[in-house]
Amino acid sequence: MSTSSVAVPAPTRSRTTSRLALGQKLLTANALLVFAFFYTPILVLIIFSFNAGRSGTIWEGFSLRWYAELANDPAILSAFTNTIIVAFVTTLLSTAIGTMISLAMERHQFPFKLPLDAVLYMPIIIPEIVIALATLLFFIIVFNMVKNLFGITWGLGLPTIIIAHVAFTISFVATIVRARLVDMDPNMEQAARDLYADEWQTFRRVTFPLLMPAIISGALMGFTLSLDDFLITFFVSGPGSTTLPVLVYSKVKFGVTPDLNALATLLLVFSIGLVLLAQFLQRRD
Amino acid sequence: MQASGRQSKGILPILLTPGVFWLTVFFVIPLLIVLVVSFSKRSLLGVVELEFNLNNYARLFNPDSPYLFIFLRSLGLAAVNTVLCLLLAYPFAFYIARQTPQRQKMLIFLVMVPFWTNFLIRTYALMFIIRDTGLINTWLVNLGIISEPIQILFTPTAIRLGMLYGYLPFAVLPLYASIEQLDFNYVQAAQDLGADGLRVFLRVILPLTMPGVVAASIITFIPALGDFITPDLMGGGNTFLIGNVLQQQFLTVRDWPFGSAMGIGLMTLVLGATMIYFRSGASRSA
Repeated sequence: MSTSSVAVPAPTRSRTTSRLALGQKLLTANALLVFAFFYTPILVLIIFSFNAGRSGTIWEGFSLRWYAELANDPAILSAFTNTIIVAFVTTLLSTAIGTMISLAMERHQFPFKLPLDAVLYMPIIIPEIVIALATLLFFIIVFNMVKNLFGITWGLGLPTIIIAHVAFTISFVATIVRARLVDMDPNMEQAARDLYADEWQTFRRVTFPLLMPAIISGALMGFTLSLDDFLITFFVSGPGSTTLPVLVYSKVKFGVTPDLNALATLLLVFSIGLVLLAQFLQRRD
Repeated sequence: MQASGRQSKGILPILLTPGVFWLTVFFVIPLLIVLVVSFSKRSLLGVVELEFNLNNYARLFNPDSPYLFIFLRSLGLAAVNTVLCLLLAYPFAFYIARQTPQRQKMLIFLVMVPFWTNFLIRTYALMFIIRDTGLINTWLVNLGIISEPIQILFTPTAIRLGMLYGYLPFAVLPLYASIEQLDFNYVQAAQDLGADGLRVFLRVILPLTMPGVVAASIITFIPALGDFITPDLMGGGNTFLIGNVLQQQFLTVRDWPFGSAMGIGLMTLVLGATMIYFRSGASRSA
Protein backbone atom coordinates (compact mmCIF):
# COMPACT_ATOMS: atom_id res chain seq x y z
CA MET A 1 0.00 0.00 0.00
CA SER A 2 2.73 2.47 0.99
CA THR A 3 5.04 1.90 -1.94
CA SER A 4 2.60 3.08 -4.56
CA SER A 5 1.47 6.11 -2.50
CA VAL A 6 4.90 7.74 -2.49
CA ALA A 7 4.02 10.09 -5.33
CA VAL A 8 1.00 11.51 -3.48
CA PRO A 9 1.71 14.95 -1.95
CA ALA A 10 1.98 14.94 1.84
CA PRO A 11 -1.13 16.99 2.84
CA THR A 12 -3.49 14.99 0.65
CA ARG A 13 -2.05 11.79 1.94
CA SER A 14 -2.53 12.60 5.62
CA ARG A 15 -6.09 13.71 4.98
CA THR A 16 -6.79 10.49 3.09
CA THR A 17 -5.29 8.42 5.88
CA SER A 18 -7.39 10.07 8.58
CA ARG A 19 -10.48 9.62 6.44
CA LEU A 20 -9.51 6.02 5.90
CA ALA A 21 -9.15 5.56 9.64
CA LEU A 22 -12.60 7.03 10.20
CA GLY A 23 -14.02 4.84 7.44
CA GLN A 24 -12.40 1.83 9.06
CA LYS A 25 -13.99 2.69 12.41
CA LEU A 26 -17.41 3.09 10.81
CA LEU A 27 -17.03 -0.24 9.04
CA THR A 28 -16.13 -1.94 12.31
CA ALA A 29 -19.03 -0.29 14.12
CA ASN A 30 -21.45 -1.39 11.40
CA ALA A 31 -20.09 -4.95 11.55
CA LEU A 32 -20.53 -5.09 15.33
CA LEU A 33 -24.06 -3.71 15.01
CA VAL A 34 -25.04 -6.29 12.39
CA PHE A 35 -23.60 -9.17 14.42
CA ALA A 36 -25.42 -7.92 17.53
CA PHE A 37 -28.64 -7.70 15.49
CA PHE A 38 -28.16 -11.25 14.17
CA TYR A 39 -27.32 -12.87 17.46
CA THR A 40 -29.15 -11.05 20.28
CA PRO A 41 -32.57 -12.61 19.62
CA ILE A 42 -31.07 -16.05 19.02
CA LEU A 43 -28.91 -15.99 22.15
CA VAL A 44 -31.73 -14.67 24.37
CA LEU A 45 -33.95 -17.47 23.10
CA ILE A 46 -31.32 -20.13 23.81
CA ILE A 47 -30.59 -18.78 27.31
CA PHE A 48 -34.23 -18.61 28.33
CA SER A 49 -34.92 -22.11 27.04
CA PHE A 50 -32.88 -23.21 30.10
CA ASN A 51 -34.82 -20.99 32.48
CA ALA A 52 -36.38 -22.77 35.45
CA GLY A 53 -39.36 -20.40 35.46
CA ARG A 54 -41.90 -19.52 32.82
CA SER A 55 -40.59 -15.97 32.44
CA GLY A 56 -38.92 -14.69 29.30
CA THR A 57 -37.30 -11.78 31.14
CA ILE A 58 -36.37 -12.91 34.66
CA TRP A 59 -33.77 -15.61 35.14
CA GLU A 60 -34.95 -18.09 37.77
CA GLY A 61 -32.12 -20.60 37.57
CA PHE A 62 -30.87 -23.27 35.21
CA SER A 63 -33.19 -26.12 34.39
CA LEU A 64 -33.81 -28.68 31.67
CA ARG A 65 -37.50 -28.97 32.51
CA TRP A 66 -38.75 -27.56 29.19
CA TYR A 67 -36.58 -30.03 27.29
CA ALA A 68 -37.98 -32.83 29.44
CA GLU A 69 -41.47 -31.59 28.66
CA LEU A 70 -40.70 -31.75 24.95
CA ALA A 71 -39.52 -35.34 25.23
CA ASN A 72 -42.80 -36.31 26.89
CA ASP A 73 -45.06 -34.52 24.44
CA PRO A 74 -46.49 -37.05 21.95
CA ALA A 75 -47.41 -34.29 19.47
CA ILE A 76 -43.77 -33.19 19.32
CA LEU A 77 -42.46 -36.72 19.01
CA SER A 78 -44.81 -37.47 16.12
CA ALA A 79 -43.95 -34.17 14.41
CA PHE A 80 -40.27 -34.97 14.86
CA THR A 81 -40.70 -38.43 13.29
CA ASN A 82 -42.67 -36.94 10.38
CA THR A 83 -40.06 -34.27 9.78
CA ILE A 84 -37.20 -36.76 9.70
CA ILE A 85 -39.06 -39.20 7.41
CA VAL A 86 -39.96 -36.40 4.99
CA ALA A 87 -36.44 -34.93 5.00
CA PHE A 88 -34.74 -38.29 4.42
CA VAL A 89 -37.00 -39.47 1.62
CA THR A 90 -36.94 -36.01 0.02
CA THR A 91 -33.13 -35.91 0.16
CA LEU A 92 -32.75 -39.37 -1.35
CA LEU A 93 -35.15 -38.68 -4.22
CA SER A 94 -34.13 -35.11 -4.99
CA THR A 95 -30.39 -35.86 -4.83
CA ALA A 96 -30.73 -38.79 -7.23
CA ILE A 97 -33.10 -37.00 -9.62
CA GLY A 98 -31.21 -33.69 -9.36
CA THR A 99 -27.83 -35.31 -10.10
CA MET A 100 -29.25 -37.23 -13.06
CA ILE A 101 -30.86 -34.20 -14.63
CA SER A 102 -27.64 -32.21 -14.07
CA LEU A 103 -25.65 -34.81 -16.01
CA ALA A 104 -28.22 -34.64 -18.81
CA MET A 105 -28.09 -30.84 -18.90
CA GLU A 106 -24.30 -30.46 -18.82
CA ARG A 107 -23.11 -33.52 -20.74
CA HIS A 108 -25.78 -34.08 -23.41
CA GLN A 109 -27.65 -32.34 -26.18
CA PHE A 110 -31.39 -32.70 -26.67
CA PRO A 111 -34.17 -30.67 -28.30
CA PHE A 112 -36.09 -29.23 -25.33
CA LYS A 113 -32.99 -28.30 -23.33
CA LEU A 114 -33.64 -24.56 -23.17
CA PRO A 115 -37.21 -24.72 -21.82
CA LEU A 116 -36.13 -27.40 -19.33
CA ASP A 117 -33.35 -25.11 -18.16
CA ALA A 118 -35.95 -22.39 -17.50
CA VAL A 119 -38.24 -24.82 -15.65
CA LEU A 120 -35.31 -25.95 -13.51
CA TYR A 121 -34.69 -22.39 -12.31
CA MET A 122 -38.34 -21.57 -11.70
CA PRO A 123 -38.75 -23.19 -8.26
CA ILE A 124 -35.86 -21.01 -7.03
CA ILE A 125 -37.35 -17.77 -8.36
CA ILE A 126 -41.10 -18.24 -7.89
CA PRO A 127 -42.36 -17.21 -4.42
CA GLU A 128 -42.89 -20.17 -2.14
CA ILE A 129 -46.51 -19.28 -1.45
CA VAL A 130 -47.36 -19.60 -5.16
CA ILE A 131 -45.76 -23.06 -5.28
CA ALA A 132 -47.65 -23.95 -2.11
CA LEU A 133 -51.08 -22.97 -3.39
CA ALA A 134 -50.45 -24.46 -6.86
CA THR A 135 -49.47 -27.81 -5.34
CA LEU A 136 -52.48 -27.81 -3.01
CA LEU A 137 -54.83 -27.05 -5.90
CA PHE A 138 -53.23 -29.84 -7.94
CA PHE A 139 -53.66 -32.43 -5.18
CA ILE A 140 -57.27 -31.46 -4.53
CA ILE A 141 -58.11 -31.80 -8.23
CA VAL A 142 -56.29 -35.15 -8.48
CA PHE A 143 -58.03 -36.46 -5.34
CA ASN A 144 -61.41 -35.44 -6.75
CA MET A 145 -60.66 -37.21 -10.02
CA VAL A 146 -59.51 -40.38 -8.25
CA LYS A 147 -62.64 -40.35 -6.13
CA ASN A 148 -64.98 -39.86 -9.09
CA LEU A 149 -63.25 -42.44 -11.26
CA PHE A 150 -62.35 -45.18 -8.79
CA GLY A 151 -64.30 -44.31 -5.66
CA ILE A 152 -61.09 -44.27 -3.63
CA THR A 153 -60.59 -41.46 -1.12
CA TRP A 154 -57.09 -40.05 -0.99
CA GLY A 155 -56.06 -37.26 1.34
CA LEU A 156 -53.19 -34.98 2.19
CA GLY A 157 -50.42 -36.51 4.27
CA LEU A 158 -46.74 -37.43 4.33
CA PRO A 159 -46.70 -38.57 0.65
CA THR A 160 -48.08 -35.24 -0.57
CA ILE A 161 -45.51 -33.36 1.54
CA ILE A 162 -42.67 -35.48 0.13
CA ILE A 163 -43.87 -35.05 -3.46
CA ALA A 164 -44.03 -31.27 -3.03
CA HIS A 165 -40.64 -31.09 -1.28
CA VAL A 166 -38.90 -33.15 -3.98
CA ALA A 167 -40.44 -30.91 -6.68
CA PHE A 168 -38.77 -27.78 -5.32
CA THR A 169 -35.51 -29.26 -3.94
CA ILE A 170 -34.51 -30.88 -7.28
CA SER A 171 -33.70 -27.39 -8.59
CA PHE A 172 -31.43 -26.53 -5.67
CA VAL A 173 -29.53 -29.83 -5.90
CA ALA A 174 -29.20 -29.38 -9.68
CA THR A 175 -27.83 -25.84 -9.31
CA ILE A 176 -25.00 -27.08 -7.07
CA VAL A 177 -24.20 -30.22 -9.08
CA ARG A 178 -24.32 -28.38 -12.42
CA ALA A 179 -21.91 -25.71 -11.18
CA ARG A 180 -19.43 -28.45 -10.34
CA LEU A 181 -19.92 -30.18 -13.69
CA VAL A 182 -19.22 -26.90 -15.50
CA ASP A 183 -16.02 -26.35 -13.50
CA MET A 184 -14.84 -29.91 -13.95
CA ASP A 185 -11.91 -30.43 -16.30
CA PRO A 186 -13.42 -32.15 -19.39
CA ASN A 187 -10.01 -33.65 -20.18
CA MET A 188 -10.41 -36.09 -17.29
CA GLU A 189 -13.51 -37.64 -18.80
CA GLN A 190 -12.00 -37.45 -22.28
CA ALA A 191 -8.88 -39.27 -21.05
CA ALA A 192 -11.01 -42.07 -19.63
CA ARG A 193 -12.83 -42.39 -22.97
CA ASP A 194 -9.52 -42.42 -24.84
CA LEU A 195 -8.43 -45.29 -22.63
CA TYR A 196 -11.50 -47.23 -23.82
CA ALA A 197 -13.65 -46.82 -20.76
CA ASP A 198 -17.28 -47.10 -21.76
CA GLU A 199 -19.78 -44.48 -20.65
CA TRP A 200 -20.74 -46.25 -17.45
CA GLN A 201 -17.11 -46.88 -16.48
CA THR A 202 -16.20 -43.26 -17.17
CA PHE A 203 -19.05 -42.13 -14.97
CA ARG A 204 -18.32 -44.58 -12.15
CA ARG A 205 -14.55 -44.17 -12.05
CA VAL A 206 -14.06 -40.52 -13.06
CA THR A 207 -17.15 -38.28 -13.15
CA PHE A 208 -18.89 -39.61 -10.06
CA PRO A 209 -15.90 -39.40 -7.65
CA LEU A 210 -15.12 -35.88 -8.87
CA LEU A 211 -18.77 -34.94 -8.49
CA MET A 212 -19.17 -36.45 -5.04
CA PRO A 213 -18.51 -33.27 -2.98
CA ALA A 214 -21.16 -31.40 -4.99
CA ILE A 215 -23.63 -34.27 -4.59
CA ILE A 216 -23.09 -34.25 -0.83
CA SER A 217 -23.48 -30.46 -0.69
CA GLY A 218 -26.65 -30.81 -2.74
CA ALA A 219 -27.97 -33.52 -0.44
CA LEU A 220 -27.26 -31.41 2.65
CA MET A 221 -28.97 -28.46 1.01
CA GLY A 222 -31.99 -30.60 0.13
CA PHE A 223 -32.13 -32.02 3.65
CA THR A 224 -32.01 -28.57 5.24
CA LEU A 225 -34.60 -27.12 2.85
CA SER A 226 -36.99 -29.98 3.54
CA LEU A 227 -36.38 -29.92 7.28
CA ASP A 228 -36.96 -26.15 7.48
CA ASP A 229 -39.83 -25.85 5.06
CA PHE A 230 -42.94 -24.35 6.57
CA LEU A 231 -45.13 -22.77 3.91
CA ILE A 232 -45.43 -25.56 1.34
CA THR A 233 -45.76 -28.15 4.12
CA PHE A 234 -48.43 -26.01 5.82
CA PHE A 235 -50.51 -26.08 2.63
CA VAL A 236 -50.13 -29.75 1.68
CA SER A 237 -50.05 -31.48 5.08
CA GLY A 238 -53.13 -33.21 6.42
CA PRO A 239 -54.25 -34.18 9.89
CA GLY A 240 -51.60 -36.34 11.55
CA SER A 241 -48.83 -35.31 9.16
CA THR A 242 -47.71 -32.19 11.02
CA THR A 243 -43.98 -31.47 10.81
CA LEU A 244 -41.89 -29.55 13.36
CA PRO A 245 -41.97 -26.17 11.54
CA VAL A 246 -45.78 -26.42 11.18
CA LEU A 247 -46.03 -27.33 14.87
CA VAL A 248 -43.78 -24.40 15.84
CA TYR A 249 -45.98 -22.10 13.75
CA SER A 250 -49.21 -23.15 15.42
CA LYS A 251 -47.58 -22.86 18.85
CA VAL A 252 -46.33 -19.33 18.06
CA LYS A 253 -49.84 -18.46 16.87
CA PHE A 254 -51.28 -19.59 20.20
CA GLY A 255 -48.76 -17.56 22.18
CA VAL A 256 -45.28 -17.75 23.60
CA THR A 257 -44.69 -20.79 25.81
CA PRO A 258 -41.42 -21.85 27.47
CA ASP A 259 -41.35 -25.30 25.84
CA LEU A 260 -41.40 -23.50 22.48
CA ASN A 261 -38.05 -21.91 23.40
CA ALA A 262 -36.58 -25.35 24.00
CA LEU A 263 -37.99 -26.67 20.71
CA ALA A 264 -36.69 -23.64 18.80
CA THR A 265 -33.26 -24.05 20.40
CA LEU A 266 -33.10 -27.71 19.37
CA LEU A 267 -33.97 -26.86 15.76
CA LEU A 268 -31.37 -24.07 15.85
CA VAL A 269 -28.64 -26.38 17.12
CA PHE A 270 -29.60 -28.86 14.42
CA SER A 271 -29.21 -26.20 11.72
CA ILE A 272 -25.83 -25.13 13.09
CA GLY A 273 -24.77 -28.78 13.15
CA LEU A 274 -25.65 -29.10 9.47
CA VAL A 275 -23.65 -25.96 8.63
CA LEU A 276 -20.63 -27.35 10.51
CA LEU A 277 -20.97 -30.65 8.69
CA ALA A 278 -21.18 -28.91 5.31
CA GLN A 279 -18.11 -26.79 6.12
CA PHE A 280 -16.18 -29.81 7.32
CA LEU A 281 -16.98 -31.73 4.13
CA GLN A 282 -16.02 -28.76 1.99
CA ARG A 283 -12.70 -28.34 3.77
CA ARG A 284 -11.93 -32.02 3.32
CA ASP A 285 -12.57 -31.64 -0.40
CA MET B 1 -17.62 -34.82 -28.90
CA GLN B 2 -19.78 -36.27 -31.66
CA ALA B 3 -18.71 -39.77 -30.81
CA SER B 4 -19.61 -39.31 -27.17
CA GLY B 5 -22.92 -37.76 -28.23
CA ARG B 6 -23.84 -40.86 -30.19
CA GLN B 7 -22.66 -43.10 -27.43
CA SER B 8 -24.82 -41.21 -24.91
CA LYS B 9 -28.12 -41.74 -26.69
CA GLY B 10 -28.88 -44.80 -24.63
CA ILE B 11 -28.40 -43.24 -21.22
CA LEU B 12 -30.01 -39.85 -21.87
CA PRO B 13 -33.66 -40.98 -21.45
CA ILE B 14 -32.74 -42.63 -18.14
CA LEU B 15 -31.10 -39.44 -16.88
CA LEU B 16 -33.95 -37.21 -18.01
CA THR B 17 -37.15 -39.15 -17.35
CA PRO B 18 -37.40 -38.91 -13.54
CA GLY B 19 -36.61 -35.20 -13.40
CA VAL B 20 -38.75 -34.23 -16.36
CA PHE B 21 -41.63 -36.34 -15.02
CA TRP B 22 -41.44 -34.89 -11.52
CA LEU B 23 -41.06 -31.26 -12.60
CA THR B 24 -43.80 -31.51 -15.23
CA VAL B 25 -46.40 -33.34 -13.16
CA PHE B 26 -45.78 -31.76 -9.75
CA PHE B 27 -44.57 -28.30 -10.70
CA VAL B 28 -45.49 -27.17 -14.23
CA ILE B 29 -48.98 -28.71 -14.31
CA PRO B 30 -49.92 -27.25 -10.88
CA LEU B 31 -48.86 -23.79 -12.12
CA LEU B 32 -50.92 -24.26 -15.29
CA ILE B 33 -53.87 -25.29 -13.14
CA VAL B 34 -53.50 -22.04 -11.18
CA LEU B 35 -53.49 -20.13 -14.46
CA VAL B 36 -56.66 -21.89 -15.69
CA VAL B 37 -58.43 -21.54 -12.34
CA SER B 38 -57.59 -17.82 -12.23
CA PHE B 39 -59.81 -17.39 -15.31
CA SER B 40 -62.63 -19.49 -13.85
CA LYS B 41 -65.62 -18.79 -11.69
CA ARG B 42 -66.27 -19.69 -8.11
CA SER B 43 -69.56 -21.59 -7.90
CA LEU B 44 -71.95 -21.28 -4.99
CA LEU B 45 -70.68 -24.46 -3.37
CA GLY B 46 -67.18 -23.07 -3.33
CA VAL B 47 -66.15 -25.37 -6.14
CA VAL B 48 -64.33 -24.09 -9.20
CA GLU B 49 -66.50 -23.69 -12.30
CA LEU B 50 -64.55 -23.76 -15.54
CA GLU B 51 -66.16 -20.84 -17.31
CA PHE B 52 -63.72 -18.39 -18.90
CA ASN B 53 -63.99 -14.90 -17.48
CA LEU B 54 -61.77 -12.04 -16.35
CA ASN B 55 -63.73 -11.15 -13.21
CA ASN B 56 -60.95 -12.20 -10.83
CA TYR B 57 -58.44 -9.95 -12.53
CA ALA B 58 -60.97 -7.13 -12.77
CA ARG B 59 -61.44 -7.43 -9.01
CA LEU B 60 -57.69 -7.48 -8.46
CA PHE B 61 -57.06 -4.32 -10.48
CA ASN B 62 -60.18 -2.45 -9.40
CA PRO B 63 -58.91 0.77 -7.78
CA ASP B 64 -61.83 0.66 -5.30
CA SER B 65 -60.95 -2.81 -4.02
CA PRO B 66 -58.24 -3.15 -1.37
CA TYR B 67 -56.22 -5.61 -3.43
CA LEU B 68 -54.41 -3.15 -5.67
CA PHE B 69 -53.34 -1.26 -2.56
CA ILE B 70 -52.20 -4.51 -0.91
CA PHE B 71 -50.00 -5.24 -3.91
CA LEU B 72 -48.54 -1.73 -3.82
CA ARG B 73 -47.93 -1.90 -0.07
CA SER B 74 -46.18 -5.28 -0.41
CA LEU B 75 -44.05 -3.92 -3.25
CA GLY B 76 -43.15 -0.85 -1.20
CA LEU B 77 -42.23 -2.83 1.92
CA ALA B 78 -40.14 -5.33 -0.06
CA ALA B 79 -38.36 -2.53 -1.94
CA VAL B 80 -37.58 -0.51 1.20
CA ASN B 81 -36.41 -3.68 2.92
CA THR B 82 -34.12 -4.50 0.01
CA VAL B 83 -32.54 -1.05 0.16
CA LEU B 84 -32.06 -1.28 3.95
CA CYS B 85 -30.53 -4.75 3.60
CA LEU B 86 -28.09 -3.47 0.97
CA LEU B 87 -27.15 -0.42 3.07
CA LEU B 88 -26.31 -2.59 6.08
CA ALA B 89 -24.97 -5.65 4.28
CA TYR B 90 -22.65 -3.90 1.83
CA PRO B 91 -20.31 -2.26 4.39
CA PHE B 92 -20.65 -5.39 6.52
CA ALA B 93 -19.53 -7.67 3.66
CA PHE B 94 -16.82 -5.16 2.80
CA TYR B 95 -15.51 -5.27 6.36
CA ILE B 96 -15.40 -9.09 6.30
CA ALA B 97 -13.67 -9.16 2.90
CA ARG B 98 -10.85 -6.94 4.22
CA GLN B 99 -9.94 -9.28 7.10
CA THR B 100 -7.23 -11.95 7.08
CA PRO B 101 -8.32 -15.20 5.38
CA GLN B 102 -8.51 -16.97 8.73
CA ARG B 103 -10.75 -14.29 10.24
CA GLN B 104 -12.85 -14.16 7.07
CA LYS B 105 -13.63 -17.85 7.42
CA MET B 106 -14.74 -17.40 11.01
CA LEU B 107 -16.87 -14.32 10.31
CA ILE B 108 -18.54 -15.95 7.31
CA PHE B 109 -19.37 -18.93 9.48
CA LEU B 110 -21.03 -16.49 11.90
CA VAL B 111 -23.15 -15.26 8.97
CA MET B 112 -23.93 -18.82 7.84
CA VAL B 113 -25.56 -19.67 11.16
CA PRO B 114 -28.44 -17.17 10.88
CA PHE B 115 -28.51 -17.82 7.10
CA TRP B 116 -29.18 -21.51 7.64
CA THR B 117 -31.36 -21.15 10.71
CA ASN B 118 -35.03 -21.65 10.05
CA PHE B 119 -36.75 -18.37 9.13
CA LEU B 120 -39.68 -19.24 11.36
CA ILE B 121 -37.42 -19.86 14.36
CA ARG B 122 -35.58 -16.58 13.83
CA THR B 123 -38.88 -14.72 13.51
CA TYR B 124 -40.01 -16.28 16.77
CA ALA B 125 -36.72 -15.32 18.47
CA LEU B 126 -37.27 -11.71 17.42
CA MET B 127 -40.90 -11.78 18.64
CA PHE B 128 -39.67 -13.17 21.94
CA ILE B 129 -37.53 -10.12 22.72
CA ILE B 130 -39.64 -7.31 21.23
CA ARG B 131 -43.05 -8.29 22.63
CA ASP B 132 -44.61 -6.14 25.38
CA THR B 133 -43.31 -8.40 28.14
CA GLY B 134 -40.08 -9.16 26.27
CA LEU B 135 -36.53 -8.36 27.29
CA ILE B 136 -36.20 -5.04 25.45
CA ASN B 137 -39.41 -3.50 26.79
CA THR B 138 -38.77 -4.77 30.32
CA TRP B 139 -35.25 -3.34 30.39
CA LEU B 140 -36.32 0.00 28.96
CA VAL B 141 -39.06 0.27 31.60
CA ASN B 142 -36.72 -0.81 34.42
CA LEU B 143 -34.08 1.68 33.34
CA GLY B 144 -36.75 4.38 33.41
CA ILE B 145 -36.28 5.26 29.75
CA ILE B 146 -39.93 4.59 29.03
CA SER B 147 -42.82 4.50 31.50
CA GLU B 148 -44.72 1.65 29.88
CA PRO B 149 -43.91 -0.95 27.24
CA ILE B 150 -43.91 0.26 23.64
CA GLN B 151 -46.09 -1.88 21.45
CA ILE B 152 -43.85 -2.97 18.57
CA LEU B 153 -45.10 -6.49 17.95
CA PHE B 154 -48.21 -6.79 15.76
CA THR B 155 -47.60 -3.37 14.16
CA PRO B 156 -46.32 -2.46 10.67
CA THR B 157 -43.01 -1.51 12.33
CA ALA B 158 -42.67 -5.09 13.51
CA ILE B 159 -43.09 -6.25 9.91
CA ARG B 160 -40.32 -3.90 8.75
CA LEU B 161 -38.04 -5.06 11.54
CA GLY B 162 -38.91 -8.72 10.95
CA MET B 163 -38.18 -8.49 7.22
CA LEU B 164 -34.85 -6.78 7.86
CA TYR B 165 -33.90 -9.42 10.41
CA GLY B 166 -35.12 -12.22 8.20
CA TYR B 167 -33.48 -11.26 4.92
CA LEU B 168 -30.28 -9.47 5.97
CA PRO B 169 -28.20 -12.70 6.10
CA PHE B 170 -29.37 -13.50 2.55
CA ALA B 171 -27.95 -10.18 1.30
CA VAL B 172 -24.54 -10.59 2.97
CA LEU B 173 -23.34 -13.74 1.23
CA PRO B 174 -23.64 -12.70 -2.44
CA LEU B 175 -22.18 -9.28 -1.59
CA TYR B 176 -19.25 -10.87 0.22
CA ALA B 177 -18.62 -13.25 -2.70
CA SER B 178 -18.47 -10.28 -5.05
CA ILE B 179 -16.37 -7.94 -2.85
CA GLU B 180 -13.95 -10.71 -1.94
CA GLN B 181 -13.07 -11.11 -5.63
CA LEU B 182 -12.52 -7.38 -6.09
CA ASP B 183 -8.97 -6.59 -7.16
CA PHE B 184 -7.90 -3.81 -4.77
CA ASN B 185 -5.16 -2.73 -7.17
CA TYR B 186 -7.89 -0.87 -9.06
CA VAL B 187 -8.84 0.95 -5.86
CA GLN B 188 -5.20 1.80 -5.26
CA ALA B 189 -4.80 3.01 -8.82
CA ALA B 190 -7.83 5.30 -8.53
CA GLN B 191 -6.52 6.70 -5.24
CA ASP B 192 -3.09 7.28 -6.73
CA LEU B 193 -4.72 9.22 -9.55
CA GLY B 194 -6.23 11.49 -6.90
CA ALA B 195 -9.82 10.22 -6.70
CA ASP B 196 -11.39 10.82 -3.28
CA GLY B 197 -13.14 8.13 -1.25
CA LEU B 198 -16.62 8.71 -2.62
CA ARG B 199 -15.40 8.77 -6.21
CA VAL B 200 -13.40 5.59 -5.71
CA PHE B 201 -16.47 3.89 -4.32
CA LEU B 202 -18.94 5.12 -6.96
CA ARG B 203 -16.66 4.80 -9.97
CA VAL B 204 -14.56 1.76 -9.13
CA ILE B 205 -15.72 -0.37 -6.21
CA LEU B 206 -19.49 -0.26 -6.81
CA PRO B 207 -19.39 -1.00 -10.56
CA LEU B 208 -16.99 -3.89 -10.01
CA THR B 209 -19.18 -5.43 -7.32
CA MET B 210 -22.48 -4.79 -9.15
CA PRO B 211 -23.14 -8.51 -9.78
CA GLY B 212 -23.15 -9.02 -6.00
CA VAL B 213 -25.52 -6.09 -5.51
CA VAL B 214 -27.90 -7.49 -8.14
CA ALA B 215 -27.82 -10.97 -6.63
CA ALA B 216 -28.31 -9.62 -3.10
CA SER B 217 -31.27 -7.50 -4.23
CA ILE B 218 -33.01 -10.38 -5.95
CA ILE B 219 -32.42 -12.80 -3.11
CA THR B 220 -33.95 -10.34 -0.59
CA PHE B 221 -36.68 -8.77 -2.73
CA ILE B 222 -38.40 -11.88 -4.09
CA PRO B 223 -39.06 -13.75 -0.84
CA ALA B 224 -40.00 -10.51 0.94
CA LEU B 225 -42.64 -9.76 -1.70
CA GLY B 226 -44.49 -13.04 -1.10
CA ASP B 227 -43.60 -13.34 2.59
CA PHE B 228 -46.29 -14.95 4.73
CA ILE B 229 -44.57 -15.58 8.07
CA THR B 230 -43.58 -11.96 8.74
CA PRO B 231 -46.97 -10.28 8.16
CA ASP B 232 -48.78 -13.18 9.83
CA LEU B 233 -46.63 -13.55 12.96
CA MET B 234 -44.77 -10.24 13.39
CA GLY B 235 -47.70 -8.22 12.05
CA GLY B 236 -50.24 -10.37 13.89
CA GLY B 237 -52.33 -10.53 10.71
CA ASN B 238 -53.36 -6.86 11.18
CA THR B 239 -51.43 -5.62 8.16
CA PHE B 240 -52.45 -7.22 4.90
CA LEU B 241 -49.73 -8.09 2.44
CA ILE B 242 -49.84 -10.35 -0.62
CA GLY B 243 -48.59 -13.36 1.34
CA ASN B 244 -51.12 -13.45 4.15
CA VAL B 245 -54.03 -12.40 1.92
CA LEU B 246 -53.18 -15.25 -0.46
CA GLN B 247 -53.08 -17.72 2.41
CA GLN B 248 -56.44 -16.41 3.63
CA GLN B 249 -58.03 -16.67 0.18
CA PHE B 250 -56.86 -20.23 -0.14
CA LEU B 251 -57.22 -21.76 3.29
CA THR B 252 -59.94 -19.66 5.00
CA VAL B 253 -62.15 -17.96 2.40
CA ARG B 254 -61.52 -20.77 -0.09
CA ASP B 255 -62.02 -18.51 -3.07
CA TRP B 256 -59.62 -20.44 -5.28
CA PRO B 257 -60.26 -18.59 -8.55
CA PHE B 258 -59.55 -15.22 -6.98
CA GLY B 259 -56.63 -16.59 -4.94
CA SER B 260 -55.19 -18.04 -8.15
CA ALA B 261 -55.49 -14.67 -9.90
CA MET B 262 -53.58 -13.10 -6.99
CA GLY B 263 -50.95 -15.82 -7.23
CA ILE B 264 -50.52 -15.21 -10.96
CA GLY B 265 -50.26 -11.50 -10.22
CA LEU B 266 -47.51 -12.11 -7.67
CA MET B 267 -45.66 -14.44 -10.02
CA THR B 268 -45.82 -11.92 -12.87
CA LEU B 269 -44.48 -9.20 -10.57
CA VAL B 270 -41.60 -11.35 -9.40
CA LEU B 271 -40.58 -12.53 -12.86
CA GLY B 272 -40.96 -8.98 -14.22
CA ALA B 273 -38.92 -7.43 -11.42
CA THR B 274 -36.20 -10.05 -11.83
CA MET B 275 -35.94 -9.42 -15.56
CA ILE B 276 -35.85 -5.63 -15.19
CA TYR B 277 -33.26 -5.87 -12.45
CA PHE B 278 -31.06 -8.27 -14.39
CA ARG B 279 -31.17 -6.02 -17.45
CA SER B 280 -30.42 -2.80 -15.60
CA GLY B 281 -27.70 -4.51 -13.55
CA ALA B 282 -26.14 -5.95 -16.68
CA SER B 283 -26.18 -2.63 -18.52
CA ARG B 284 -24.78 -0.72 -15.54
CA SER B 285 -21.90 -3.09 -14.98
CA ALA B 286 -21.10 -3.22 -18.70
